[in-house]
Amino acid sequence: MVTTEHPRQLADSYDVTIVGGGPAGLAAAVGARDQGAERILLVDRDPTPGGILLQCIHSGFGLHTFGEDVTGPEYAHRALEQVVDHDVDVLTDAYVTDASSDLRLKLMSPSTGVATVDTSTVVLAPGARERTRGAIRIPGERPAGVMTAGLAQAMVNLHGRLPGRRAMILGSGDIGLIMARRLTLEGVEVAGVCELLPYPSGIGRNVVQCLEDFDIPLHLSTTVVDIHGRDRLEGVTIAPVDDDRRPVMSRSAHVPCDTLLLSVGLIPDAELAQRLQLRLDPVTGGPVVSSTMETSRPGVFAAGNGVHVNDLADWVSREAQVAGAAAGDLALGRHRPLEDVHVTPGHNVGYVVPHTLSTSRTQTVSFRVKEPIHGDTILRIGDVHRRKVRAVVPAEMITLKVGPKLLDGCAGDTLRVDAIPAGQEEA
Amino acid sequence: MGEPHVHDVLILGGGAVGTTLARALSRFDLDVVLLEAEAEVAFGVSKANSGIIHSGLHAPGDTLKGRLEYPGNRGWHQLHEELGFGFAPVGETLVAVEEAELATIESIRQQGVDKGVPGTQPWTPQQALDAEPNLNRDLAGAVWVPTAAVINPYEAVMLVADAAQRNGVRIEVEQPVIAIDPVDAHRPDAPLIVHTPAGPWHGRYVINATGLFADEVAAMAGVPGLTIRPRKGEEYLLDRRVEGLVHSIVFPAPRPTSKGTLVIPTVDGTIMVGPTAHEVDDKWDTSTTEEGAAEVFANARRLVPVLNERDVIAEFAGLRPVAQTGDFVVGPTERPGFINAAGILSPGLTAAPALADHLVDILADQGLALVETTDWDPTAPHPVRFAGRSTDEQRRLAADDPRYARLVCRCELVTEAEVREAISRGARTLDGLKFRTRAGMGRCQGAFCTWSCLTLLAEGLDVPVTAVTKRGGDSWIVCERDDQPEPDATGGDQPELDAAGSSVAW
Repeated sequence: MVTTEHPRQLADSYDVTIVGGGPAGLAAAVGARDQGAERILLVDRDPTPGGILLQCIHSGFGLHTFGEDVTGPEYAHRALEQVVDHDVDVLTDAYVTDASSDLRLKLMSPSTGVATVDTSTVVLAPGARERTRGAIRIPGERPAGVMTAGLAQAMVNLHGRLPGRRAMILGSGDIGLIMARRLTLEGVEVAGVCELLPYPSGIGRNVVQCLEDFDIPLHLSTTVVDIHGRDRLEGVTIAPVDDDRRPVMSRSAHVPCDTLLLSVGLIPDAELAQRLQLRLDPVTGGPVVSSTMETSRPGVFAAGNGVHVNDLADWVSREAQVAGAAAGDLALGRHRPLEDVHVTPGHNVGYVVPHTLSTSRTQTVSFRVKEPIHGDTILRIGDVHRRKVRAVVPAEMITLKVGPKLLDGCAGDTLRVDAIPAGQEEA
Repeated sequence: MGEPHVHDVLILGGGAVGTTLARALSRFDLDVVLLEAEAEVAFGVSKANSGIIHSGLHAPGDTLKGRLEYPGNRGWHQLHEELGFGFAPVGETLVAVEEAELATIESIRQQGVDKGVPGTQPWTPQQALDAEPNLNRDLAGAVWVPTAAVINPYEAVMLVADAAQRNGVRIEVEQPVIAIDPVDAHRPDAPLIVHTPAGPWHGRYVINATGLFADEVAAMAGVPGLTIRPRKGEEYLLDRRVEGLVHSIVFPAPRPTSKGTLVIPTVDGTIMVGPTAHEVDDKWDTSTTEEGAAEVFANARRLVPVLNERDVIAEFAGLRPVAQTGDFVVGPTERPGFINAAGILSPGLTAAPALADHLVDILADQGLALVETTDWDPTAPHPVRFAGRSTDEQRRLAADDPRYARLVCRCELVTEAEVREAISRGARTLDGLKFRTRAGMGRCQGAFCTWSCLTLLAEGLDVPVTAVTKRGGDSWIVCERDDQPEPDATGGDQPELDAAGSSVAW
């Protein structure tokens, strides 16, 4: 078990500093050590590393990383054990508040006070934050009882308290779906889940396992248009939306509830990325990255939900291991691979990560579609790769492996990534 | 039964008016009690105010609000020096977008000059754009007024209340006025008796500073003729990434169709746009509306075209208490000892310190003996805002107290030491803590720090977390699971302590 020591000294400088101790940070530390980096510091804001995994007490983690289905805390524990085995310097209860362009980090923790460390490379693994009521602009009163699904999850799973007795959930993101089931199991009545879009935002298995199995209604093309209650929430007004996603007030309905959970999307936490003036992807909100997850500022790497929001922790670990390894390589003076191919979102593709590829190595390309395609779909990377899949939905991230063989002769090219209904390829 | 204790002055209402009066009276040898209906001071009208210390230009000099505006502005400058709440003397840019508005802004400038407001300057469009590059590039002209400033109204009012308490004023919260006894025909100049949930309060003088409810409280005292109408103002707070969009408070020339939507650089470096101004019927209606948002952004974009609704992180609405005269209603009434301080709408916050002095004069006129105490302390320890300190100062603070190095609120960089300090100064609710420290006010809106704040409040108040509220009353945050009994108030709900003696409960 890693604990905060009182007080402690940090080294003046490190080869690799990892900011964040969730699945991304933990995997990055292992990746850096495996490449031979000696002086590695992992900074985590919580007393125990693991990040949001610690409050995800459901299963569904680890099939790819550990070859078995485990819970979030188990996944975190295993990842943390690897980090401890790899002899990484872990500083918990700590926060990196600033980073200068020459990679001097300012951090604070009760055990170190306010300190600065110099680092040859840094991996940003800050995770994401949830969109709030303010961000989606629900009008109405401001009573207690309106909160993000993740906060409610922490209340129930980490602190053993309930957010209320009768809940409505706005947004069918995965955390909202999982919380619908969790609250039901805790004896909280879940009145339903409203989703603005005509299809769910979370992955299919969560819709089935968290809503359908518990007879919790999912109201598609429906949103919350008003919030009532002076002290504590007393109810919400919900209304269906038309094709332009405008509420149809004549068909609105009042739902009594004392809790409204918001599961309306995650946004990469780009605080340090902004301080370092990294180039950001306007769609993901996270930094633009190379195939080794290096950002627009040399020596600054990023991985996990701080780059783009993944649906599986396993993908985060895989991506972060690449980032950590590359940060370790660079810190040890090894040359970075030549990033000689650009990738860009094309037809029905919202974003693509990474933003560049290297013809000299094998890399994973991740992307999401903008609109679902129900039926055979052609996924295409330029004219070098083409694959047919059954169907695609925005909720499920798509990953494709791209090796040197495929990219042979593509140096200098920009490859578009497309998702097209089969048979309409030429249109 | 002995004789009831009679206080010299009962102040009803702990907003900007009640607290600045309490603080002004605290320098005299008096027994003063302030009764606040809500869970904390500043939770009424003052909370949802724009936070502008007006330059002194705007209210006509032949009104009471106009006479008190500029002296109040100076008063806040002094209170800031003494008490150390956030205060940014950002100045005001009054913009004429169209040629036709130039005469209006010049007449407002002249009104200020006549009232003694120094430093006003007529500006050419280029001068305005040099100072505020994001203004509408087609503007016709502007007036610069250096005397305007911004504060966080709740933070300032809370620290003014704290200063009053330090000098002996007693403040009781959750004490709404239920009734006021009628005049005793046999003893017409007997003390007034005010009933609240904590019992009867006897006072020789009663100041009615109850904001939206001043008409109802006056009626309880047998003082008819006052009507307070709520006028709603919606405000929209933007994300930190648009920090620096404007450097001064940007005012439009008043137009018949618009009461004036402002673009405000808040004291915390964020940008706020608003308010609207619409009369409503319900004194509790602080809801924001889709129409309000549309109106605010349409008006504000006329001044600063790049403003975008997508940057909104929080929105709120406040209610202005508007008396039928449209001016402040301040002074003695036909009920001996009952003094109104009602209808305090804009520039009410600005005027408050001067209004407090005015009320002290009224009390003296009414026979209250004012003898200065020898031990009055006009200053109070300034609250530490860790995020605003230099790195060297932060190092020193953290070396002295490691709780300055433990972050509670990531978005606004609020430390555990600041949260504990706010609780020791009277924060009792999550909103009260937020208003004092900014914990939970940033872009995540409390998603990450709510539990830490709840735990620290529960520890500080010695109650279970289930008893902590957002803003008093029935605004509970969490409840117990069904399979667990409710712990009693002294139950085992204390966070564990680690070796350094600080909370590790999150």
